[in-house]
Amino acid sequence: MAESENIVVETAEKIFADLADAQTINSDKTGSWKAPLWQALSEAGLPLAWVPDDLGGSGASLADGFAVLNAAGRFAIAVPLAETMLAGWLLAQAKIASPDGEMTVVPASPKDRITLNVDGSLSGRARGVPFAKSARHFAVLAHGNDGISIALVDAAKGRIEAGINVGYDNSDTLTLDKVEPIAIKPAPKGFDQSTLMLMGGVVRSLQIAGALESMLDISVRYSNERVAFEKKISKFQAVQHNLARLAGESAAALAAATSAADAIANATSFDDAVYLEAASAKIRCAEAAEKGGAIAHQVHGAIGFTIEHILHRYSLRALAWRDDFGSESHWAVELGKRVAARGADELWPLVASR
Amino acid sequence: MTAALRFDPIRLPAECEQLRKEVRAFLAEEIAAGTFDPNKPNREDTDAPEFSRRVGAKGWLGMTWPKKYGGQERSFLERYVVTEEMRVANAPTRRFFVADRQSGPVLLKYAPEHIKMDILPRICRGELCFAIGMSEPNSGSDLFAAKTRATKTDGGYLINGSKIWTSSAHIADYMIAIFRTSLPTKENRRHGLTQFLVKMKQPGIEVNPIGQITGQSEFNEVVFTDYFVPDDHVLGEIDGAWKQATSELAYERSGPERFLETYYVLTELVRAVGDKPDTRSAEGIGRLVAQLHTMRRMSVSVAGMLQAGKEPVVEASIVKDIGTVWEQQLPHRVRDLAAFVEETASNRETLEKQLEFALRTAPKLTIQGGTTEVLRGIIARGLGLR
Repeated sequence: MAESENIVVETAEKIFADLADAQTINSDKTGSWKAPLWQALSEAGLPLAWVPDDLGGSGASLADGFAVLNAAGRFAIAVPLAETMLAGWLLAQAKIASPDGEMTVVPASPKDRITLNVDGSLSGRARGVPFAKSARHFAVLAHGNDGISIALVDAAKGRIEAGINVGYDNSDTLTLDKVEPIAIKPAPKGFDQSTLMLMGGVVRSLQIAGALESMLDISVRYSNERVAFEKKISKFQAVQHNLARLAGESAAALAAATSAADAIANATSFDDAVYLEAASAKIRCAEAAEKGGAIAHQVHGAIGFTIEHILHRYSLRALAWRDDFGSESHWAVELGKRVAARGADELWPLVASR
Repeated sequence: MTAALRFDPIRLPAECEQLRKEVRAFLAEEIAAGTFDPNKPNREDTDAPEFSRRVGAKGWLGMTWPKKYGGQERSFLERYVVTEEMRVANAPTRRFFVADRQSGPVLLKYAPEHIKMDILPRICRGELCFAIGMSEPNSGSDLFAAKTRATKTDGGYLINGSKIWTSSAHIADYMIAIFRTSLPTKENRRHGLTQFLVKMKQPGIEVNPIGQITGQSEFNEVVFTDYFVPDDHVLGEIDGAWKQATSELAYERSGPERFLETYYVLTELVRAVGDKPDTRSAEGIGRLVAQLHTMRRMSVSVAGMLQAGKEPVVEASIVKDIGTVWEQQLPHRVRDLAAFVEETASNRETLEKQLEFALRTAPKLTIQGGTTEVLRGIIARGLGLR
């Protein structure tokens, strides 16, 4: 695990370690761990970390927030911390104050679109919205005749068809039918749905990278304990090489995700360079979730396939996170189009500019 | 936690961008003057002595070394920029690359002062080509099984035996080689090898070229018969070469040359599909670019850690492992996508020629400079599995 570099991340890690232990949560069939965890996170100001003080948040830096979410991935946190942080960040773009409690962002897919009607109400359908069912408010990005707006919506005003993703977390379909927002303001110039998707994609990339770090860790530990054919399985070269490949996938995911996070944290706009970083992170991390997760399971054998074992908390969530805010296929097509439009001789200068 | 892999998002400092412009301008001039064709990685003659001297005159060889030896005392990150720009342009770096990356730093660390003063400035001027003598007919990855003997004699050693797969030995002025000075001990099978500086093109050394499946002949067999090496050409500890070998690997294994060797086919594919690719081509290119960007960020991160005085040995091995696997797969993925390129694409012939060469080159990429299997063993050790 990477060393904590500051108080915000340390605080988050301590809360995760104390109240979100994977084994404890996995054994708890009642969900009684959720409320204390959320309360501790809220008291530490983490869900609204990306909201400035004057809009009701704790005003942490983008970099600190990204590091918290990387840690949340290491613990495979299954409360809407990332979603609430993203929602607060989105609202803050339009200087809308954030309320307390769980939030999520709408839409969560590049394909869905919410419309701002001429009467000021919002309509549209958004699929795969993470934790919509447990959210008290939605931060909505809407397309109107005059451009993009950002709105705060009371969750009770939306119609939700609950769904479950590959990782057993809520991923719901939300329908807004002429819903009056609590607040609505124009998005800043240049901010569009793609900006939100890139930001969401980088958050998911960091979570996937964190989950892979834990998968590597528990797989290495297991291989040093499990005995087969009269020796620890870590002594078999085939197992060693599989774990070395998992380390490579974990490393690639971490490098891609933290680089993209660093790019956004230091960017003044979402230009081509940030686009390259953010899209690449989502593509590479999603690929790593597949390859790395498969190795972690292979090393664990049948025990890792049981619901009692904690491995699936990381492996399945990492797979599910691939789907949010644009899959790797989506971003690969978009990135490929951009690269082609810039032309062959502009590819290397773009890559080298990072 | 067992694993503590670090890949900090290190950025190249601002001074690198000025340098990058200078390197690009220099390479553009060389291309315009006909020194090399960036579209032809499979040129017949990869040795370019005059180009080597001009690179040296720019101050881009030994650029991190002390000024008293002809260096520039610049950072590893600046050297990184020069290396990656040369590689992407397919510049003919063969004559100086090994000396600059590997041999010079070994001499800096282990050679006596008078040898450093003699040789290092000449490397910096682009006058010297180095080879590395590691593998032998019966010891490749198993480096410490080397048998070529260095027998003590008056004032030096007599070398008998042979090295093999020695890149550039046919043009090299010097070789840095390991020879057996003692037998291995029961406790330490790595004991007994010593590193030497060997002057090439002398009686007692026979260099036999070996044809490669690319049609080129860049590696060689080097046979030593009673070849005399003076005492002051011993590099470091007698019988202790094994202690010296590992610390250099982080430099050798994480550079841009470890994922850019077949890069040219990607550029050419992008050119062939044009500015409005279909969905399949766009997706394929997007995934390849995402990998390329990620590899480079990992490689720069390791370079930054090295500059900061850290020893990211495991991270460097990871970069070479996934970098070489990627550059090996790249021509195959480009071939997949090229199947859908219009017959009329203006660069179709260039792309096909390049693919032919890249597909022939690909198998060596996961073998040279430490096989994938050796790298994964090192990574496994770093993870606490061995």
